[in-house]
Amino acid sequence: MTKERLQTSSVDAIKPPRTNIGVVGWLRANLFSTWYNSLLTLVTLYVLWKIIPPFIRWAFIDSLWTSTGEACQAVDGACWSIIPANIRFIMFGFYPYTQQWRPAIAVVALVALLVYSQFRPNWKKRLIYIWLAGLVGMGVLMRGGIFGLTPVESTKWGGLPLTLLLAVFGLTAAYPLGIVLALGRQSRMPAVKSLCVVYIELIRGVPLISLLFMSSVVFPLFLPEGVTVNKILRAQVAIILFTAAYIAEVVRGGLQGMPKGQYEAAESLGLNYYQTMRLIILPQALKIVIPPSVSILISAFKDTSLVVIIALYDLLKTTQSVLGDPRWMAYSAEAYVFLALVYFICCFYMSNFSRKLEHQLDTGR
Amino acid sequence: MPQDDTSHTSAVTPSKAPFWYDPKIRAVFFQVGVLAMVGLLGYYLVTNTLDNLERQDIATGFGFLEKQSSFEIGESLISYSAADTYLRALLVGALNTLLVSFIGIILTIILGTFIGIARLSTNWLLSKMAAIYIEFFQDIPILLQLFFWYAFFYVSLPQPKQAINLFKGIYLCNRGLIFGIPAAHPAYKYMALAFLLGCLAVYLTRRWARKRQDETGRIFPVFKAALGILIGLPVLTWWAAGAPTAMNLPVLRGFNFQGGITVSPEFTAVLLGLVLYTAAFVAEVVRAGIQSVSKGQTEAAASIGLKPGQILNLVILPQALRVIIPPLTSQMLNLTKNSSLAVAIGYPEFVSVAGTTINQTGQAIEGVALIMTIYLIFSLTTSAFMNWYNKKMKLVER
Repeated sequence: MTKERLQTSSVDAIKPPRTNIGVVGWLRANLFSTWYNSLLTLVTLYVLWKIIPPFIRWAFIDSLWTSTGEACQAVDGACWSIIPANIRFIMFGFYPYTQQWRPAIAVVALVALLVYSQFRPNWKKRLIYIWLAGLVGMGVLMRGGIFGLTPVESTKWGGLPLTLLLAVFGLTAAYPLGIVLALGRQSRMPAVKSLCVVYIELIRGVPLISLLFMSSVVFPLFLPEGVTVNKILRAQVAIILFTAAYIAEVVRGGLQGMPKGQYEAAESLGLNYYQTMRLIILPQALKIVIPPSVSILISAFKDTSLVVIIALYDLLKTTQSVLGDPRWMAYSAEAYVFLALVYFICCFYMSNFSRKLEHQLDTGR
Repeated sequence: MPQDDTSHTSAVTPSKAPFWYDPKIRAVFFQVGVLAMVGLLGYYLVTNTLDNLERQDIATGFGFLEKQSSFEIGESLISYSAADTYLRALLVGALNTLLVSFIGIILTIILGTFIGIARLSTNWLLSKMAAIYIEFFQDIPILLQLFFWYAFFYVSLPQPKQAINLFKGIYLCNRGLIFGIPAAHPAYKYMALAFLLGCLAVYLTRRWARKRQDETGRIFPVFKAALGILIGLPVLTWWAAGAPTAMNLPVLRGFNFQGGITVSPEFTAVLLGLVLYTAAFVAEVVRAGIQSVSKGQTEAAASIGLKPGQILNLVILPQALRVIIPPLTSQMLNLTKNSSLAVAIGYPEFVSVAGTTINQTGQAIEGVALIMTIYLIFSLTTSAFMNWYNKKMKLVER
């Protein structure tokens, strides 16, 4: 009894001083460890104090959320009313008003598919078929014409569905092309290799906007007389060609990361080139490059906003046309902040996923 | 091919494999096939294009470059008017691209380095702020950021009459950023000359100091001396030339400012957008570079008696830079390519001028080809630099 008490009291006695533990200790270690660090903390706090309270007042306290544009002129704060008042146009563009449930379902389905595919137990062959079925289903839903759905011209597609379709279709179609280009670049055949190198370096050397320009003004000249391809598809082709070059470089990184022994082992088993690639090299190389591929998906998603320049009505362009309305003209900051939030949430989610995946796959090898 | 040699020596297989199993012949066939397909595709596209051009009566070739452009350009580094040729208009555009990229790159490196170091700071608050900055600015499309800053300048900022006076002589209004500069005086020319002389002096000092250190082992404080020469020499010249302090300050006259330098809202918005966006990526590059040098390196350097400045200069930086420079150059290239988005907010850089040219002449192919060529020149120059740099770094490596 006494021994035990003695022990506990001695444990108490060697507890660290109060200034080294708990909140105070944490503050001392992380914010005020040296005079220099203390100064930095104080300066940062001062800057934050200058920025955050005025922002909160602007965004929340003095703001209006559901009013008309005229009512907003009376207040100092943000006029978030621009968003609910125009949300249908921002999200779906010129899609017929009564039919807008269709793109809404398509978007929800696409997001559900993306969320479903992020769990590794679901990564089976079945997933590819689910995706194919999903993409076809979305196309039918958007386009209509069968099952009693009113047909909707693709020129009327716009807003979030367009942004998502350009990004997801772009990446899906660019991936096989990128793999072929990467294999071509690694090839020992000089003609194939140089073709692939020229293509990859050419595309990576020019900005996406020059390809979009090409798709909108030069591409129609390439086609024989009477054949026209609609503008969205042309932009989609430009995005695919652009993304494929970047995917090729990522995949090449994976191929180069393969130990030489893998190639030699496959060769010594008597596998030919296609068997080696399909059965031995690509499954391993593609696994390595999954995280950087997600980064490419993120940049493809951000890059779809560039179609604004060739006047396609993606999320950014629909927002801009709302701002063209004299009633809402003065509230561009609110509209852009909302849009930034939409993009941020999507990209942040994806990059978090990529980081987590990198961590998981790293331990797997 | 090694297989050929073995089959040659072991002549036990009497039946020779048919020629279509020979990898060399297969490779030739395959390549001829690929080339033929690419050639056919090219031929198809070219003939279609020629047909279309002829039918739509569009001129071909670069003859239009010599014609009068007859459009004005808002801002230009060289003298330009609507009476000049398309060639000169495109040159103006290219110079504007270079200008915004050059200033953008310098500012991005400075800001990105600061944020990257802040991310690694032991100060929790600063590190978290840097992390939030990096995540936030990376995840918003650059075009949206450009639009935001442009709207900020045009919609949110007041007229020149109610311009925001940031500091003495610096105004912010919807005409852009306006600030005072020192009034013209010959002293500034001499100062620039003194600075160039200073650079030469620093170079010579450094050579001498290295030689002396190799011979005697004594260390000369090159960095402090260089700083002294580079700052001291121009200041001395300024003082000797009569120490002019007159400033050319912007003054509000009527509806606009006169005097000083006006930076247009377009330029400021493009610069701000590009710098804030790219700095987030550069910060990650810098962080990764610094983290790549293990702590043992610092400790080992300290244990052989190097001073902190020497540790940074001789041990940390050479290793960190090897990791930092390649991705940094590609970020710089990205910034240059992203500057083409300035076309969306009306800053007259190359793509914008080329776009106007395409609209006026209808010669889309030539216009797009020019855009691609210009950017390819930038990229190829950069990758040539990268190859040179990597080679140099390899030589240093043991």
